[in-house]
Amino acid sequence: MAQMTMIQAITDALRTELKNDENVLVFGEDVGQNGGVFRATEGLQDEFGEDRVFDTPLAESAIGGLSIGLALEGFRPVPEIQFFGFVYEVMDSINGQMARTRYRSGNTKQQPITIRSPFGGGVNTPELHADSLEGLVAQQPGLKVVIPSTPYDAKGLLLASIRDNDPVVFLEHMKLYRSFRGEVPEEEYTVDLSKADVKREGKDVTLIAYGAMVHACLKAADELEKNNINAEVIDLRTVSPIDVDTIIKSVEKTNRVVVVQEAQRQAGVAANIVTEIQERAILHLEAPVLRVTAPDTVYPFSEAEDIWLPDHKDIMEKVDQVINF
Amino acid sequence: MFQILDENGKIVNKDDMPDLSDDELKELMRRMVYTRVLDQRSIALNRQGRLGFYAPTAGQEASQLGSHFALEKEDFILPGYRDVPQLIWHGLPLYQAFLFSRGHFHGNQMPEGVNALSPQIIIGAQYVQTAGVALGKKLRGNKSVAVTYTGDGGTSQGDFYEGINFAGAYGAPAIFFVQNNHFAISVPVEKQTAAKTLAQKAIAAGIEGIQVDGMDVLAMYAVTKHARERAINGEGPMLIEALTYRYGPHTMAGDDPTRYRTEDLNNEWEKKDPIVRFRTFLESKKLWSEEEENKVIEQAKEDIKAAIKETDKYPKQKVTDLISNMYEELPQNLKEQMEEYKEKESK
Repeated sequence: MAQMTMIQAITDALRTELKNDENVLVFGEDVGQNGGVFRATEGLQDEFGEDRVFDTPLAESAIGGLSIGLALEGFRPVPEIQFFGFVYEVMDSINGQMARTRYRSGNTKQQPITIRSPFGGGVNTPELHADSLEGLVAQQPGLKVVIPSTPYDAKGLLLASIRDNDPVVFLEHMKLYRSFRGEVPEEEYTVDLSKADVKREGKDVTLIAYGAMVHACLKAADELEKNNINAEVIDLRTVSPIDVDTIIKSVEKTNRVVVVQEAQRQAGVAANIVTEIQERAILHLEAPVLRVTAPDTVYPFSEAEDIWLPDHKDIMEKVDQVINF
Repeated sequence: MFQILDENGKIVNKDDMPDLSDDELKELMRRMVYTRVLDQRSIALNRQGRLGFYAPTAGQEASQLGSHFALEKEDFILPGYRDVPQLIWHGLPLYQAFLFSRGHFHGNQMPEGVNALSPQIIIGAQYVQTAGVALGKKLRGNKSVAVTYTGDGGTSQGDFYEGINFAGAYGAPAIFFVQNNHFAISVPVEKQTAAKTLAQKAIAAGIEGIQVDGMDVLAMYAVTKHARERAINGEGPMLIEALTYRYGPHTMAGDDPTRYRTEDLNNEWEKKDPIVRFRTFLESKKLWSEEEENKVIEQAKEDIKAAIKETDKYPKQKVTDLISNMYEELPQNLKEQMEEYKEKESK
């Protein structure tokens, strides 16, 4: 076991898979000699050469198209979109093309592509860097959308994503890149893309979250414990498709739920989770399922992040409401 | 404009005359005539409701088939929605082309060894994907090329520029065709750009560009052959603008070209017909006769009849088919929906 930050765990996963599979290619803007704007690909070009790890011209749409074409030639592309706010440029390649290729070819062609992209608030980035746009890709059939919250999950989920023979959007929360270290096995392992993870067991209320909000939930749960409220925290890990079984099992135990996301209320995936719960477990509910989200405005100017982003206090308020409903 | 055969079927450029045998010249003619019949029959079948989406091809035979004739089986084609003929001559069975038109997934299941994607509906997307296929070939060290087609309107898309620019930056073996038929639905090419040619857009990518008489099958063949050789020798991609014309509407979905094109313009382009001029050329070499042409026409009609029958007989799609084509391994939500639809389909 080693202590790694999430960014180190990601680099470790990329190195592992570049070594394991000669079809794996890593490319994007500044991922080569520069090692990526967050150092996620540091040292990889020196180790594996320019044919495996390379820079691209500055054009997201063609990075997507390049991935599609390389996949058609039998490669396993791991492209990077520098910040997920730039996904609009490459929306057709992702949602309009690679997500549909297996289906439109009648299962004769596949797209084993993993798109890595940073997102997420709390680090005072300029405009359109931090936006949570996972909801947009979560709505596209043919994709899987993965958002790790720990170094351990990041490595295992990224290895599983790269090995998956269908396209995966792998979103990396910028605030989690270096904010803490966690135990990460040095050997290779995968984390199942179809499974949520119970990060904390509890019996009074279920908190469902992903990304940075997992840590906000854990912090809230610690505070709630002081008031004798025992919260269960589920980390979705994969936000599309959703592991409904793990959620429903928890709801049947706690009978109260709060769904937590950093994205605006009209965005993200929380509404989908609430719907699944009401369709499958309404008779187990003692209170309505409430959501903690950001307000429905454009992502804040960086000085306003503190007052805009949801935090553990917002979560505790909603828990209070579902407990005292 | 690069040309070998003029409107009267005369060789005007002996130096660039491609080295084609008599049999190959006849095969080119056979394919053009066959494809003209296919277009006529497809329009008729569409009107009878026996075909669905169809983008007419008459007028573009030299551009589509002359370029395709210079390719090899291992070359990968990324066609636009009007480029079904190239797929057929690359090996897609006719009945599958008809299934594509009707909207059935089997139409898109390229047989083993047919290196192509099904026709791309998003204009420009095939260009960025071609850069990727070509880079893949370069990394593998394959001596083959990626080939794609778009129209004049398509040159205004961002993906058009990004595609040629990426291929240029990587020195990738790609051939980018622009079939300039002068209209994007109703919008004439003059409203797409102030550029005097579309071929000159290659300059923005720093790659070779050439404008060709797209009604001249020998010129289209010669240029493509040249581009292919350059590409597999590591000299990078090429942009080829074929000046051509579609005699029919944009698609059969209600477009009426009399709203935006004059009779005079149609007549002017009909004089340039690729089949007429190539026929004159072959007849002057005693390589073609009316009898031979009629044989091709009859053969095409028979094949089309047989193919549409096979299309009719092909099993209908089920929702469970569509679900099972989504992922290699079905996720939870689709597993559930699969069960639901299995149940419905068993009733």
